[in-house]
Amino acid sequence: MSTAANEAPRSRGKAPAGERVADWADGRLGIYSLAKANMRKIFPDHWSFMLGEICLYSFIIIILTGVYLTLFFHPSMNEVEYHGSYIPMQGQLMSEAYKSTLDISFDVRGGLLIRQIHHWAAIIFLAGMFVHMMRVFFTGAFRKPREINWLFGFLLFVLGMFTGFTGYSLPDDLLSGTGVRFTQGAILSVPIVGTYISMFLFGGEFPGTDFVARFYSIHILLLPGIMLGLVVGHLILVFYHKHTQFAGPGKTNKNVVGMPLLPVYMAKAGGFFFLVFGVIAAIAGIASVNPIWSIGPYRPDQVSTGAQPDWYMGFAEGLVRAMPGWEINFWGHTLVLGVFVPLVIFGLFLAIIALYPFIESWVTGDKREHHILDRPRNAPTRTAFGVAWVTAYMIMLIGGGNDIVATHFHLSINAVTWFVRIGFFVGPVIAFVITKRICLGLQRRDKEKVLHGRESGIIKRLPHGEFIEVHEPLSQEQLHTLTAHEQYKPVEIGPTVDENGVERKVKRTEKLRAKLSKSYYGEESQIPKPTVEEYKEITSGHGHH
Amino acid sequence: MSSQDIPEENLPAEQGGTHVPKPADEKNPFADPGLPPHEHRIQDIDERAAKRSERTVALLFTVSMLATIGFIASFVAIPHDKSIYVWPLGHINAMNLALGLTLGVALFTIGAGAVHWARTLMSDEEVADERHPIEASPEVRAKVHADFKQGAKESVIGRRKLIRNTMLGALTLVPLSGVVLLRDLGPLPGTKLRHTLWSKGKLLVNMNTNEPMRPSDIAVGSLTFAKPEGLEEHDHGFQNEIAKAALMIIRLEPEAIKDKRELEWSHEGIVAYSKICTHVGCPISLYEQQTHHALCPCHQSTFDLADGARVIFGPAGHALPQLRIGVNDEGYLEALSDFEEPVGPAFWERG
Repeated sequence: MSTAANEAPRSRGKAPAGERVADWADGRLGIYSLAKANMRKIFPDHWSFMLGEICLYSFIIIILTGVYLTLFFHPSMNEVEYHGSYIPMQGQLMSEAYKSTLDISFDVRGGLLIRQIHHWAAIIFLAGMFVHMMRVFFTGAFRKPREINWLFGFLLFVLGMFTGFTGYSLPDDLLSGTGVRFTQGAILSVPIVGTYISMFLFGGEFPGTDFVARFYSIHILLLPGIMLGLVVGHLILVFYHKHTQFAGPGKTNKNVVGMPLLPVYMAKAGGFFFLVFGVIAAIAGIASVNPIWSIGPYRPDQVSTGAQPDWYMGFAEGLVRAMPGWEINFWGHTLVLGVFVPLVIFGLFLAIIALYPFIESWVTGDKREHHILDRPRNAPTRTAFGVAWVTAYMIMLIGGGNDIVATHFHLSINAVTWFVRIGFFVGPVIAFVITKRICLGLQRRDKEKVLHGRESGIIKRLPHGEFIEVHEPLSQEQLHTLTAHEQYKPVEIGPTVDENGVERKVKRTEKLRAKLSKSYYGEESQIPKPTVEEYKEITSGHGHH
Repeated sequence: MSSQDIPEENLPAEQGGTHVPKPADEKNPFADPGLPPHEHRIQDIDERAAKRSERTVALLFTVSMLATIGFIASFVAIPHDKSIYVWPLGHINAMNLALGLTLGVALFTIGAGAVHWARTLMSDEEVADERHPIEASPEVRAKVHADFKQGAKESVIGRRKLIRNTMLGALTLVPLSGVVLLRDLGPLPGTKLRHTLWSKGKLLVNMNTNEPMRPSDIAVGSLTFAKPEGLEEHDHGFQNEIAKAALMIIRLEPEAIKDKRELEWSHEGIVAYSKICTHVGCPISLYEQQTHHALCPCHQSTFDLADGARVIFGPAGHALPQLRIGVNDEGYLEALSDFEEPVGPAFWERG
């Protein structure tokens, strides 16, 4: 690091401008050590790895378009009379928030497009996070060392829901106002502090004149600020942990096989940002979303039929619609179970999936790092649990739109509601059992393929007239890929009596763990994968038939 | 173009005619055979194919430039209130469609170009990168623990308990200021949720005509929305008041009323119920004349208005509050009191 050495190349001729800028920056920011580790970082390739990218890009699109919208939106609930260019609303009383949203839609050129990109991107952001989360769940990518990152992602999903909710409440239209009213009613149901929270949140009684301004600062500053921090943390951890990969030839738990960030993923991922943005822009040009002008300004005594939240709130909506209206009155108080129970279930249901990685690692007792992804079939209990969770979620999504389902399919609303009430409990159980059977079936098929080869589709007639199907043996690559997964053994409680014959107390948690472990890895829950001996025995006898 | 035109020296050395699976490892047929050999793409061996890819990428980028020009042109040229008919979308705003599609194309083609470039022209050779354990080595771990202990020791926090305890006390208390500051976010609930604008003698004013009503104005089987007299749309606080005071008035045949109290509080078969659903507060607006059922469109709670507005289906927890009504000296419908119980969703203090 002598000065002479640094100056030597420069005296011979000026370095290119880019290089000089980089040198300048490195002297102040130390970017070269950062680049050394990351510029040629290897990322593996699989279609499912791009789901997270969709989320990241739609998040960026939301921020870009959101900043634009703040330039025109007035977060105020002052009542004004409308005299803008949208004729049907002339002379109507509305809040400034609603009026400025109309102005964005009708008077600002391109304003409607940006509004719709913003809304569509939010819908896609949440959907992307849901699917991305499922990808991570079903492939076991949440295992050590990625549990914290799973929590980051989970928080992003939950905060995304609330950011979305506060966002679609801002225009103060009839539909979103109804949603806010629903939220206020749910807050009121909270025992002891419900009325206080409601008064403090709305600055008095509902609707008051404060909530748009308050939701505004929550929507554009507080929540996105936290989310931005989480997104950055999420990405830093992805870089730091290096991406997971599926088993395959040359791919081990100690390496990552793929292509370098520069140039391949710079182009692919960077290009994908434009693909996502382009598709969302086109959708926003073609398909209208949240046409607030046809809904009208909010009035607490008015409502339209078919009131629906954005899809990601449908689950909460379903819980509230399906719950029977239980109320308990005692000592001058009311316990509003009909609304409070759904609120609690909503939290618990999400918490289960957030805590799942910790539950599974406790059951397995596995403290090692895992960088090779599971194929969902090779973790039947986890996969079945995940499918059960998704089933309950989807049933509640149907519940959230029970009126839409009823009118579209000409069903009785009561029947749909009862289906949801029962389905919420029965559906996941059925889904669990079926999924587990399918996983085991697929494991058997894999085993069969390893031991007997691939069905070639060729039927051969032997000289003595017998027809056989020719099986083609798998290549070593395929054999390795299909047998690379590990199979846990169920945890044993161990002897309950020590060497001196003294009875050892078996803790309750220990028993539970053994039980869970058996349901995860017992004989019922996995097909022993083929061994080399089995393979040799069968292949050596090949051709006998 | 066929591969026969590719110069001989560019072809991969051992490209067999048919694919023969490699014989399995004798000892362990399941062992990891290592990374498979790189397979060349047509662009790697045929410069003409590579040229074609280059042209495709350039074309995509050019289309993007044209689309951006199209975006600006649409922005300038299309009147922003022009509506056009496009099958199957129907009547839509022309500018929004043009801007959306041109922006979409401009962005999409940049992405498509970059991805095509990466897939066809950039090296697609797979490389393996080593992983290192996330956790620190035992030496580093020991060093960090020792450093921490040294730091803690030098701070004397373990020895001088008084400092530690008072510091914890101070740090615990100081956020309380922040909590206290939140106090003025809103008033205390008090009995606000128990009262509405209704009181004895307040006339029932028709929401649509803004006129007080006589019993004769209300036909049997009809549904009318009403507000208390004196409450006007332009009033400050209108939203808060109507959120509690909104009323629905129906007229039944008096003998159709099953509930005794409902009959007592009605006037010639005219009954007045709170319009605000007791579930989470949506305004109830669907009324089925034949069955006297009212349905909340938000969560489908259904109330029987001929039977004390009790809940017959859905998630609502209790009946709609009824307003006691009568007729004043001039023959107008009036309230005889406020609602006896809080309107709207239930809450802890409701009782």
